[in-house]
Amino acid sequence: MNQIPILTLLLFLPLVGALLLLALERREGMARVVALCIGLLETVLACSAWFCQCNLPVANAPKGFFLFEDLPWIEALGIRYTIGMDGISLLLVILTALVTVIAMLTSWRSITERVSLHYLLLLAMESGIMGVFLSLDLFLFYLFWELMLIPMFFLIFIWGHGRNIYSAVKFFLYTLIGSLLMLLAIIGIYLIHGSQSGIYSFGLSAILGTQFTSATGLWLYAAFLLAFAVKFPIVPLHTWLPDAHTDAPTAGSVILAGLLLKTGAYGLIRFGYPLFPEAARTLTPLLIVLAVTGIIYASWIAFAQKDMKRLVAYSSVGHMGFVALGIAVWTPVALSGAVLQMVNHGLTTTALFALVGMLDERTHSRQIEDYGGLWGKVPLLSAFFVLFAMASAGLPGLNNFVGEFLILAGSFKVAHIATILAFIGVILPLVYTVRLIQEVIFQEERRPLTLSDLTLREISILAALAIGDLYIGLHPAPLLEILKTPVALLTGGSP
Amino acid sequence: MLDNVWLIPLFPLIGFLINGLFGKKIKNEAVIGGIGTLMIFLSFLVSCGILMQLVGMPPEQRVFEKVMFPWIHAGSFKADMAFLVDPLSAVMLMVVTGVGSLIHLYSIGYMHGEEGFYRFFAYLNLFCMSMLLLVLGANMLVMFIGWEGVGLCSYLLIGYYFEKKSAGDAAKKAFVMNRVGDFGFLLGLFVLFWWFGSNHNIWTINFVEIKAASHLLPYGGVVTLATLCFFVGATGKSAQIPLFTWLPDAMEGPTPVSALIHAATMVTAGVYMIARMSFVFIKAPETMMVVAVVGALTAIFAATIGTAQNDIKRVLAYSTVSQLGFMFLAMGVGAFGAGIFHLMTHAFFKACLFLGSGSVIHAMHHALHKGHLHDDAQDMRNMGGLRKALPITFITFLVSTIAIAGIPGFSGFFSKDEILWQAFANPYHGSLNILLWGIGCIAACFTAFYMFRLVFMTFFGECRINPKVKEYLHESPLVITIPLMVLGFLAFVGGFIGMPKLLGMLPNYFEHWLDPVFELANEYGKQYAHSGAHHSHALEFGLMAFSVVVALIGISIAYTMYMANKSLPEKFTSAFPGLYKVVYNKWYVDEIYDFLFVNPCKSFGNLLWKGFDVVIVDGVVNGTAKLVMAFSAGLKGLQSGYVHNYAMGMAIGVVTIIAVYVFR
Repeated sequence: MNQIPILTLLLFLPLVGALLLLALERREGMARVVALCIGLLETVLACSAWFCQCNLPVANAPKGFFLFEDLPWIEALGIRYTIGMDGISLLLVILTALVTVIAMLTSWRSITERVSLHYLLLLAMESGIMGVFLSLDLFLFYLFWELMLIPMFFLIFIWGHGRNIYSAVKFFLYTLIGSLLMLLAIIGIYLIHGSQSGIYSFGLSAILGTQFTSATGLWLYAAFLLAFAVKFPIVPLHTWLPDAHTDAPTAGSVILAGLLLKTGAYGLIRFGYPLFPEAARTLTPLLIVLAVTGIIYASWIAFAQKDMKRLVAYSSVGHMGFVALGIAVWTPVALSGAVLQMVNHGLTTTALFALVGMLDERTHSRQIEDYGGLWGKVPLLSAFFVLFAMASAGLPGLNNFVGEFLILAGSFKVAHIATILAFIGVILPLVYTVRLIQEVIFQEERRPLTLSDLTLREISILAALAIGDLYIGLHPAPLLEILKTPVALLTGGSP
Repeated sequence: MLDNVWLIPLFPLIGFLINGLFGKKIKNEAVIGGIGTLMIFLSFLVSCGILMQLVGMPPEQRVFEKVMFPWIHAGSFKADMAFLVDPLSAVMLMVVTGVGSLIHLYSIGYMHGEEGFYRFFAYLNLFCMSMLLLVLGANMLVMFIGWEGVGLCSYLLIGYYFEKKSAGDAAKKAFVMNRVGDFGFLLGLFVLFWWFGSNHNIWTINFVEIKAASHLLPYGGVVTLATLCFFVGATGKSAQIPLFTWLPDAMEGPTPVSALIHAATMVTAGVYMIARMSFVFIKAPETMMVVAVVGALTAIFAATIGTAQNDIKRVLAYSTVSQLGFMFLAMGVGAFGAGIFHLMTHAFFKACLFLGSGSVIHAMHHALHKGHLHDDAQDMRNMGGLRKALPITFITFLVSTIAIAGIPGFSGFFSKDEILWQAFANPYHGSLNILLWGIGCIAACFTAFYMFRLVFMTFFGECRINPKVKEYLHESPLVITIPLMVLGFLAFVGGFIGMPKLLGMLPNYFEHWLDPVFELANEYGKQYAHSGAHHSHALEFGLMAFSVVVALIGISIAYTMYMANKSLPEKFTSAFPGLYKVVYNKWYVDEIYDFLFVNPCKSFGNLLWKGFDVVIVDGVVNGTAKLVMAFSAGLKGLQSGYVHNYAMGMAIGVVTIIAVYVFR
């Protein structure tokens, strides 16, 4: 075991940063810099975890976890501070650190009011999300799950535009209802496991083998599934998302799409399926149907959007449908694809939201019909736009293709019809992205807009994401290698 | 040299990066164009080296695979970034890099003075890289990167004049139609992958490995399914029925693009893919029949449309669709070698024709521009008699036209005749063979007709261009005419390497060269070939003579209508106004597709969003929220109507859940 508690550092560094910002309430320029430094430090820390993979096997840790910390916390209730990192959490933790930095950079100029508070909330949220991806104790997991909800609510509430109050409340209620059900289920598991074994614990590895009667299992799983499905979001629980995205500030959209949506998928992978294998199998057809419906449905609606941000939001729902499909069929190929797709979606959608944000900052419009002919005016921005739009449409050689391909390849064996239908979800994104490019980047300008091309800050945001997109598209082998062990352990090794 | 095969796609990639990233700053056209051309020319040199090395090896050893790095490995799925060199990919390499170099050179002249000069060369290099990946891919997935990559480049290049709405629309259409086909490609891949995996525990998508295991594949059944899926992919990329309508619209792109992408290389990808997997396709007799029939029908269908178009590039576009149909016909009757042969000769003469038309348009445009006229520079009705002003263009164009029409001694004759002969003689489809041959012959007649119609209207007769600007017409510069001359020369002599044995002058080098690639397919084909009738040499000679006669008939009709008796076309159209209108409007296929697919898709999206997502799904949520509020406000919400929404939502939910359980 490593001497330095990397995971604890990962969890609490942003929180410490947030406390620091409290002291800097009046010094906004300083607050920005401090927050960015913390974010970068966190990124370095997250990347350093990459090199800890050779630790295996770690004493006391569940199989596949190469970083593990376990301390008693509230012993009377059997709540422990158990956090661990395997390949899946590693990728998501790195993604979290990266996307947070990017969110900070997108807010650099566009947020001018209550700057310190803004960055404070971003850092607090980072802690919450890290906690979700690292917790191996259900109680701890729930705590972080709620922790990440509150800053997001305020982000939309304070810095949002349009119907931001409506959207914030809607987002809050949706997720709250889901997570309250999950809390009930967690307590349910705790009691059932306690009464069966005499040991009351929230620890994942302790609970893992608990036997439920099929009805109980189904109900408990359904509660989990509901909480995760809202975050995912799985159609028809998605309607909070277009509103929240449209009305949130750019940083909010970036974190929402890049990270928050992943927590639902992650929860399903880490807790949903392993805890209730039987119930999960029973509900697999339902999940497949919902996933495929979501893919087609959301992509089709994206096609009809006039607001760019809303279009990206709906496309997001469609892409997450692929992740849901990959998880639902639960084969190694599809599951690797699903996890990779979470990362891909995090990078690509983040970039698209950032781009829309940049355009919005320049012209104060997100309406497609206001643009046109950008290629001639802002070639650099346009080139990035085309690149990320193509990544989002699943062009091979770019990241989304690898994820979507693996998901489709993996699910084809289990669900022929669903996979074939999901292909519509491969064609439609191309239709709406090409339309978007055609209307925004090509053609002649419709309204005289004075635009300046990207600043250095913006170039660095987009270049970082572009490198990620290209790297995963061309050389995903190292990432897939990391996922191999955890995925094999989770799926039990069928092809 | 073989070991350095990765250099071939690398050079154009470097060119793309240099011109794409710094082109705007370089500004100097000679430098930008020079870099672009040099890069693809370097690839050409490496390809030559590889070809030489292959020639020096014994035929059965001419297969080489180079693994660069592991690409996607997950669970049982494995795909490396790897390249495959064999006689088939070597031929394609020569065509792509050779014709590609000439077209790059030509573009320096043709695109002179364009605002996005650097952008054009960056795209062109990117295209070459993608195409070379497609050709060299050692497994289906690397091929697929190229497959979609060329689609992207085609999209960007058709939409090169991005400010023109029509260009953007054409680009969009091309990309989306290609994507529809690509769905078939991936599906076919899945079927093969899982079939091999679950039945024989062979987890592979590598061409060499599949070939080695292909004896395990059954005839028909799952193979038919997989190959039909692949064929859907091929119809998208190679503009076959029903996914052909994008190609004529793609003429919105600059002419060198039409020559390189929409004639010589990208659109032949479907043919190449079938040839690459010949040993799988031949095991599905039903698919072979579908391929042959679709090919033959496309050949004749597009040829009929070509007869009535007035835009010089559109005639050539329909001609390309038609010639691709011939190649698919070849694939479908098991004449893989002949199909690839036609692919090569077609690359020569069609590239030459397109570049020639570009030279004409260039001259027309220049002249009209000087005279401040806004006549259509691509409309053949404004041309005529251009042979005097554009002598080199005229001669090379004429040579290529003779080649495509199928006059003996020119390249197109050898390849097209080989296809027609094998369509007649190959023993796979029984009596259908004769029908296929018949359709092919009629299409060949149409080909000769519309091509000579084009030549007569453009280069012969009196000059119909506005007399004011006649003096400004002059031949294009050398940078444009040199590629024309080289391609014209190849269009003339390119056929001799594949001269049929029957004529006895040269051995059929081309067929021998490809033998090791298609041997296995021919072996499998014997299983269900109709044995019996051995065709005599006399018959072969007879059919060859017949196809020449057919071509001559086409030419003489064109001569009568457009040279000798110029009132005939008018009379014809007024005699059959309906028929003319239908053909002129391309059988209304675009309109039918709009009606059947495009418009419903658009309105359905709107309906889903405004009608369903916002009103019903979201309405249920908001209704619920308001309901709760209403309850707390004293139950007056019961009359508010939201209950109605809520109950409706419940009902829909319940029905959905029940439906899922019933139908799962």
